[in-house]
Amino acid sequence: MMIINLIGLVLIALIVWWFWLYKPAKAVDASADNITVVVNNGIYQPSRIKVFEGKKTTLQFLRKDGSPCAATVLFPAFEISEELPLNANKTIELPSMLTGEYLFHCPMKMYTGTLIVEKE
Amino acid sequence: MNKIIKNNTDKKTQELIIDGASCASCVGKIEVALRSIDGVDSAEMNFALRTVTVTGTVEIELLIKAVESIGYNAKSAEDKSDDELIDEKDIADQKYYKSLMRQVWIALGLGIPLMVYSLAGGPMTVDTSLERGVWFFIGILCAAIMYFSGKHFYIGAWKSFTNHTANMDTLIALGTGTAWIYSMVVVFFPMILPEMARHVYFEATAMIIGLIDLGLALEVKARGRTSEAIKRLIGLQAKTARVVRDVNGKPQEIDIAIEQVLLNDIVRVRPGEKISVDGIVIQGYTSIDESMLTGEPMPVEKSEEDEVVAGTLNKTGSILFKATRVGKDTALAQIINMVKRAQNSKPSIGRLADVISAYFVPVVMITSIVSALVWLNFGPDPAVAFAVVSATTVLIIACPCALGLATPMSVMVGVGKAAEAGVLIRNGEALQTASKITAMILDKTGTITEGAPKVTDVLIADESYSESYILKAASSLESGSEHPLAQAIVDSTIQSGIDPETVTDFNAIAGHGVQATFKGRELLFGNQKLMLKNGVPLMEFVEKAQKLADEAKTPMYLAIDKKLAAIIAVSDPIKADSVSAIKRLQANGIRVVMLTGDNKATANAVAKKVGITEVFAEVLPEDKSNKVAELQAQGEIVGMTGDGINDAPALALANVGFAIGTGTDVAIESADITLMRGSLHGLADAIAVSKATLRNIKQNLFGAFIYNVAGVPFAAGLLYPFFGLLLNPVIAGAAMAFSSLTVVTNANRLRFFKPQEH
Ligand SMILES: [Cu+2]
Repeated sequence: MMIINLIGLVLIALIVWWFWLYKPAKAVDASADNITVVVNNGIYQPSRIKVFEGKKTTLQFLRKDGSPCAATVLFPAFEISEELPLNANKTIELPSMLTGEYLFHCPMKMYTGTLIVEKE
Repeated sequence: MNKIIKNNTDKKTQELIIDGASCASCVGKIEVALRSIDGVDSAEMNFALRTVTVTGTVEIELLIKAVESIGYNAKSAEDKSDDELIDEKDIADQKYYKSLMRQVWIALGLGIPLMVYSLAGGPMTVDTSLERGVWFFIGILCAAIMYFSGKHFYIGAWKSFTNHTANMDTLIALGTGTAWIYSMVVVFFPMILPEMARHVYFEATAMIIGLIDLGLALEVKARGRTSEAIKRLIGLQAKTARVVRDVNGKPQEIDIAIEQVLLNDIVRVRPGEKISVDGIVIQGYTSIDESMLTGEPMPVEKSEEDEVVAGTLNKTGSILFKATRVGKDTALAQIINMVKRAQNSKPSIGRLADVISAYFVPVVMITSIVSALVWLNFGPDPAVAFAVVSATTVLIIACPCALGLATPMSVMVGVGKAAEAGVLIRNGEALQTASKITAMILDKTGTITEGAPKVTDVLIADESYSESYILKAASSLESGSEHPLAQAIVDSTIQSGIDPETVTDFNAIAGHGVQATFKGRELLFGNQKLMLKNGVPLMEFVEKAQKLADEAKTPMYLAIDKKLAAIIAVSDPIKADSVSAIKRLQANGIRVVMLTGDNKATANAVAKKVGITEVFAEVLPEDKSNKVAELQAQGEIVGMTGDGINDAPALALANVGFAIGTGTDVAIESADITLMRGSLHGLADAIAVSKATLRNIKQNLFGAFIYNVAGVPFAAGLLYPFFGLLLNPVIAGAAMAFSSLTVVTNANRLRFFKPQEH
């Protein structure tokens, strides 16, 4: 019984670490070329995108997931919200941005991604 | 990384639309520029259509750059119109719906018989080797169903897990996965479990997958309906336009696709046709039905110099107009954009649910583990079985779908509903605040009144003059003046078909009026002071003038050869429905205050007519925002309604700024809420819609919270010690599917909301 309880506690600790404490991996650089963000299976891929400050950026979105959750992407900081057609490219133009991190996500925040704006 | 690789070497034919090519000589330049690109085989331009057809292996972006480098604009002719995009979306949704329904039937095809068997009291336990064999077979069938009908949950769960995020897929995959693995353990190693716990839950796995797929499918269906407003707006766009262009050196009228209409094109519209792009009429006279955009039922008359708006319907005459805004710049396109954006923004009331759904899933996973541990430690026999059931049920019932859908669904319908009534709501926040307004400040001129003074009365004092002669004399006198009242007289007389003539010896006497000679007669036109100064007897007309002044009109005396000829009264008429609209606001318990730069007497007279008791008169334009602040200091949530540029600071300071954009002149970006027609009923409509939407959101949030917050403890077995009740995972699956469906359906109910007019 002790062992089972211990396993349970370790699992809880792992959940906390994996979902909340873990620092995410490197971001994909979007400054050089158009990047296509694929919306599928519950995630944006890539989900961390690096862009340069003061530059207009365009992102391509390609939604392969039919779930209604995934149908809209929001960039709340820039008042952008776009419908993503199923299985078709959608270009989203972002204004030039100040240094910082900006979230983009679906209306339910199940799909989330981060724009990392850096100085050149 | 997912870069699109662009080294397609196939030959293809592409079409570009060229903007800025005004002369035939441009054709050669453009063709040469395109042909000189490596990989372009041919480039041919159709000057009439302003299109170039290019064959070769070059990507369209390069072609566009080449055209731009020689000073023209180009775009791809294949860019899809909103209309096509919506159709494609519908088709894709339809396909997705069908595939989901197939998955539903497969899963329920196994789930329902198993469920019936178990409910009928059939043993779900594994004791004999025959039972082991049968259950093993069913377990494999169940795995096949998990693959066919539930693959997307497992892939989604895994992908988001590797991405350090968790979503609904995670919960569903964990829940159904736990049930299946436990059942397989029972089949293979029954001996490691106490006899009472040798129970299989394959029916739960199949049923949950089937039910959640069903919920998703119904949601896809219901969602299609919420975007009706956008579809309606997009449907207003014309598909083709008839433009005048040079064909073989001669101007001709040709029909082209709407995307090909360029700035400054001359467009022909015949009766019964839609206006294709925004423009200014350069020839002809017609009446245009703008109701689809503004909600204003009366057709609007248009002649030269008047603006026409894309999407409206030409009723009677044939006109030529010059395109002033095309493509994404038309008012209609901007309205569509704004409605879309507003539909996807969230009022602050919805953000709580956001934060909760973002943290919800890991919390649920932890809850599920804790509940399993509690059952294992303290639960009655068979503790293992209870632990598995409660852990699975917690995972399934906690899906935050309904919570996350609660706000966006209602906002989408509410904003769309408002747009149908000619009310453009800028974002979710404006929608929410509008429902809480306690005081409304109305600017007088242009908001309560028409904003354009008109001649209302002509009282003739000397019967030897006809009314038309009086008007002709007065307007001839005033045609040189720029005073707004003078302008009103000139406009009114021209409208009744009388043209002003020239006068001589014109002399303006400040603060009094004007004086001139008209056809050899001496005219005096102005106030009482002017008449007294010139010794014109006024007799009983002084009282008549006073009576007019009491009615918020401005009376002016006209004397011909020093004898009083008539009184002409001018006033800014109150809009026909201002009184009833203000009554509606007051009936909603809103304190209505009038604000004006006019003098107290006129202001009070107007206020009395429309039933307003509070008046701020003689307010300088720069002081308007102070009045907003004053009311806010009294604790009011202030709405401010105005039409002019000088209202902008007050509109910005108010909790909600309402801009009146009459018809064509839509001040889309300037206010929180834009009323597309002049009527103040738009205000009452906006408030009614926002109240209804907020009520709907609250219902949705309440439903979703109750379901999640009450469902989880119930599923964890909190009721068991008292009532011996433990939630069945299948019931949890059904509840989860139907809770999001309920939310979507409740939001759809808003579509039938009608703001009550009059
Ligand atoms: Cu969801």
